[in-house]
Amino acid sequence: MSETITREAPAEIGTNGNGHHNGSAPPRVLDSKIPSGPVADKWEKHKFDMKLVNPANKRKFTIIVVGTGLAGASAAATLAELGYNVQAFTYHDSPRRAHSIAAQGGINAAKNYQNDGDSIYRLFYDTVKGGDFRAREANVYRLAQTSVNIIDQCVAQGVPFAREYGGYLDNRSFGGAQVSRTFYARGQTGQQLLLGAYQALMRQVQRGAVNLFTRREMLDTVIVDGVARGITVRNLVTGEIESHAADAVLLCTGGYSNVYYLSTNAKACNVTAPWRAYKKGAFFANPCYTQIHPTCIPVSGDYQSKLTLMSESLRNDGRVWVPKAVGDKRSPETIPEDERDYFLERRYPSYGNLAPRDISSRAAKQVCDEGRGAGETGLSVYLDFADSIKRLGLETVQARYGNLFHMYHHITAEDPYKQPMRIYPAVHYTMGGLWVDYNLMTTVPGLFALGECNFSDHGANRLGASALMQGLADGYFVIPYTIGNYLAGGAMPKVSTSQDEFKLSAHETQAHINKMLSVKGKRTVAEIHRDLGHLMWDYVGMARNREGLTSVLPKIQGLREEFWNDVRVPGEANNLNQNLELAGRVADFLEFGELLAVDALHREESCGGHFREEYQTEEGEAQRDDENFSYVAAWEYNGEQAPNLHKEPLEFEEVHLAQRSYK
Amino acid sequence: MSASNGTKKNMNLKLLVWRQSGGKDKGKMTTYQANDISPDMSFLEMLDVVNENIIRDGGEPIAFEHDCREGICGSCGVMINGVAHGPDEGTAACQLHMRSFNDGDEIVIEPWRARAFPVIRDLVVDRSALDRIIAAGGYISVNTGNAPDGNAIPIPKEMSNDAMDSAACIGCGACIAQCKNASAALFTSAKIAHLALLPQGDPERGERVIRMVAQMDAEKFGSCSNEGECEAVCPKEIQMTNISLMNREYERAILANKK
Ligand SMILES: Cc1cc2nc3c(=O)[nH]c(=O)nc-3n(C[C@H](O)[C@H](O)[C@H](O)COP(=O)(O)OP(=O)(O)OC[C@H]3O[C@@H](n4cnc5c(N)ncnc54)[C@H](O)[C@@H]3O)c2cc1C
Ligand code: FES
Repeated sequence: MSETITREAPAEIGTNGNGHHNGSAPPRVLDSKIPSGPVADKWEKHKFDMKLVNPANKRKFTIIVVGTGLAGASAAATLAELGYNVQAFTYHDSPRRAHSIAAQGGINAAKNYQNDGDSIYRLFYDTVKGGDFRAREANVYRLAQTSVNIIDQCVAQGVPFAREYGGYLDNRSFGGAQVSRTFYARGQTGQQLLLGAYQALMRQVQRGAVNLFTRREMLDTVIVDGVARGITVRNLVTGEIESHAADAVLLCTGGYSNVYYLSTNAKACNVTAPWRAYKKGAFFANPCYTQIHPTCIPVSGDYQSKLTLMSESLRNDGRVWVPKAVGDKRSPETIPEDERDYFLERRYPSYGNLAPRDISSRAAKQVCDEGRGAGETGLSVYLDFADSIKRLGLETVQARYGNLFHMYHHITAEDPYKQPMRIYPAVHYTMGGLWVDYNLMTTVPGLFALGECNFSDHGANRLGASALMQGLADGYFVIPYTIGNYLAGGAMPKVSTSQDEFKLSAHETQAHINKMLSVKGKRTVAEIHRDLGHLMWDYVGMARNREGLTSVLPKIQGLREEFWNDVRVPGEANNLNQNLELAGRVADFLEFGELLAVDALHREESCGGHFREEYQTEEGEAQRDDENFSYVAAWEYNGEQAPNLHKEPLEFEEVHLAQRSYK
Repeated sequence: MSASNGTKKNMNLKLLVWRQSGGKDKGKMTTYQANDISPDMSFLEMLDVVNENIIRDGGEPIAFEHDCREGICGSCGVMINGVAHGPDEGTAACQLHMRSFNDGDEIVIEPWRARAFPVIRDLVVDRSALDRIIAAGGYISVNTGNAPDGNAIPIPKEMSNDAMDSAACIGCGACIAQCKNASAALFTSAKIAHLALLPQGDPERGERVIRMVAQMDAEKFGSCSNEGECEAVCPKEIQMTNISLMNREYERAILANKK
């Protein structure tokens, strides 16, 4: 089945070029464009069916890539290698600084090098199950298939993955997997993968095939005749508003964890690019699917600006526990073995300390809510290496986790070789994102979303080491094919940045900036952001319920009003103004947070990272409602009115729906 | 790192900070008071607190770069009392904790200073020269899709470890800022070593080093006179042995070219 893109039909988009909702447009039917045939053959078949762009014609197409993390850098480099004219944008001073750089633990691939029973099918199965049956089977299967090519590509680029003594690639098992399929480069896997992609990108910059725009923040998508044809960006050094035109736009802008203020994400991570695309007609899918990571360093004070993740690999050898007794404040070494509750081992005997993230996080919250938490605040649990040190020896533990122990020691001034670490869950990753079809195209023709920015592969919960895999799969191996099919669809009318659509977008963007600067109120942007974070964490965090979700909506609206009436954004628009950048991002978070809560309220079930207290089993596990909620919730912007909900039903042909059990 | 005693009290500090509104402005040191600073704060969190106060007082906050705040993205970096990233070894400014300072301390905070790193604003400098050095040859030319199986070429564990040691560079520019010649030898050599040590990097070995060294010179970085200040301040403890490797690689490449 070949997919022709109906880009000649702007009326279908439901928006006109100004981003105002076109009320008379017929309701959209979400077409996921999943190819027919058995799941294992879909991608091969699709690759064959898709149209190709003639090599000589590729350079006539300009593709804008926003973001240079794993998804963006791999896409930009690969598309340039193919001959497309690429323009890459990032708000960082260098592509190498994207948030992907911070990933520690590793990247999954179904290589089965360990001969321990792994296969493409098993990775596919684990990912669908791990996502609590809320992901698209076809996408996940493709992800598992391409995973093997990613490793090959990265090795060829010189990524120094860990090796065994024989010189072959080493693997570890990682959160929620019973096979060893995670490839890693010390505790810096994301760094090494990103440097590989960055170097490939810089090679294309040198060739002149990629035009690189650093210190540029994309603030709007420009739509001409219903099709994405460019972007509006702010030059962060001069403050100039620039327009850039293209034949297709790829958003590779990462996740929105920072709507919670405190998260493990880099400080600048934000929702602006997808949010403003949403306001131009791209649907936002499953915003309530947020992942809380179980092993982070606990909050220490009000000044705290971000949370630090301790790699999940620590759970391979560390044992998680709290005292059995409520309010037991003895120092951990003095608490005898039989007065400790190794609650993950107790509740999930077969997975133990390796139970998936959502389950481990919630279990930690529960014991802390019971008053059994560790540390002064009572908001942490122990991660104890004493047994491993006894069993494996200090040296082995040092070799495996030395850098992580060092980091922990550095931040907390506590020595994990001598006393157990203290950890607590923190917001870490967002499974929700722009709705995309099998080709990674959003509901706006010509606008694609890759990496964490889209919603596609992880359902309601992402398995450890699968985000790096997805970002690189999207960029290296999916978009290079699917974009060709889109561009080969037919001649594209010429656009120029002097057209009204570009001018209007630039004008509106500037007006938004001026408005923020003109409030001149009393509250700083950071204060308001922190307030928003508290609301989101308290009411839309690890456990949610109807009452809380209903009550938080007016609170978010109130905070948004406060922002627009009382924020103080210092400085001017025409130079480097970091507070102004932050203000724009927080303004978008203040709108987006509401959609996240609306989505959480509407989903009357518990699944993966979305836990509704009303919907749990007797043992306190997430209770899905497959009959009523086995769909992707895709929200359509509707101006001042409530957003429209579109449902993409999820069909499971391969994997048998079951209650996730890790017992 | 300094041994902390969790009981250390909050501190009052005097900051002398470089303020410069833009590339054309001459810039000057300005004094700020940082009061009630917790020893558990990071250095950047301390600057956040100072900035919030500046904003409340109607001023413009101090511009400084940061993002990951866990020592890996290479965004942050300022001179702290004349030392790139401050007093703790193997630590980026974002990971430096205030427990390394004492009540009443005076702290001088300045941007990286190097001809190749023009100041953009306050503590923010333009480090794009480093990207251009990488663009000149800091990669292996392999198009997507070309790769053989990941295990096709075994790489001795030790070799891979050594490559990783060099590849750990975060591109922050501290080595250059600390060097009296503002040499980029440590940065450049780390990439050259990373790729030269791996079999995959072998085919382009000679050309790579020649092109990267040429770019380094074109960017007006100074030459290396083996002072070792770079190694001392590197937050990732990248070793000077990379520089000797680069020099050997360079000689080898020039000789090969002559043949
Ligand atoms: C601490 C930590 C550890 C992790 N460890 C792992 C792990 O071990 N394994 C794993 O699989 N996953 C891990 N993850 C998750 C994973 O790192 C991310 O999901 C993934 O790297 C996201 O890649 P990306 O390319 O989609 O986005 P990012 O890397 O976030 O890149 C976003 C890019 O977009 C740019 N950008 C954003 N908005 C704009 C805009 N408006 N204008 C211009 N540019 C813009 C940014 O400059 C940046 O270049 C970890 C995450 C964290 C926080
Ligand atoms: S902020 Fe990323 S290294 Fe310091």
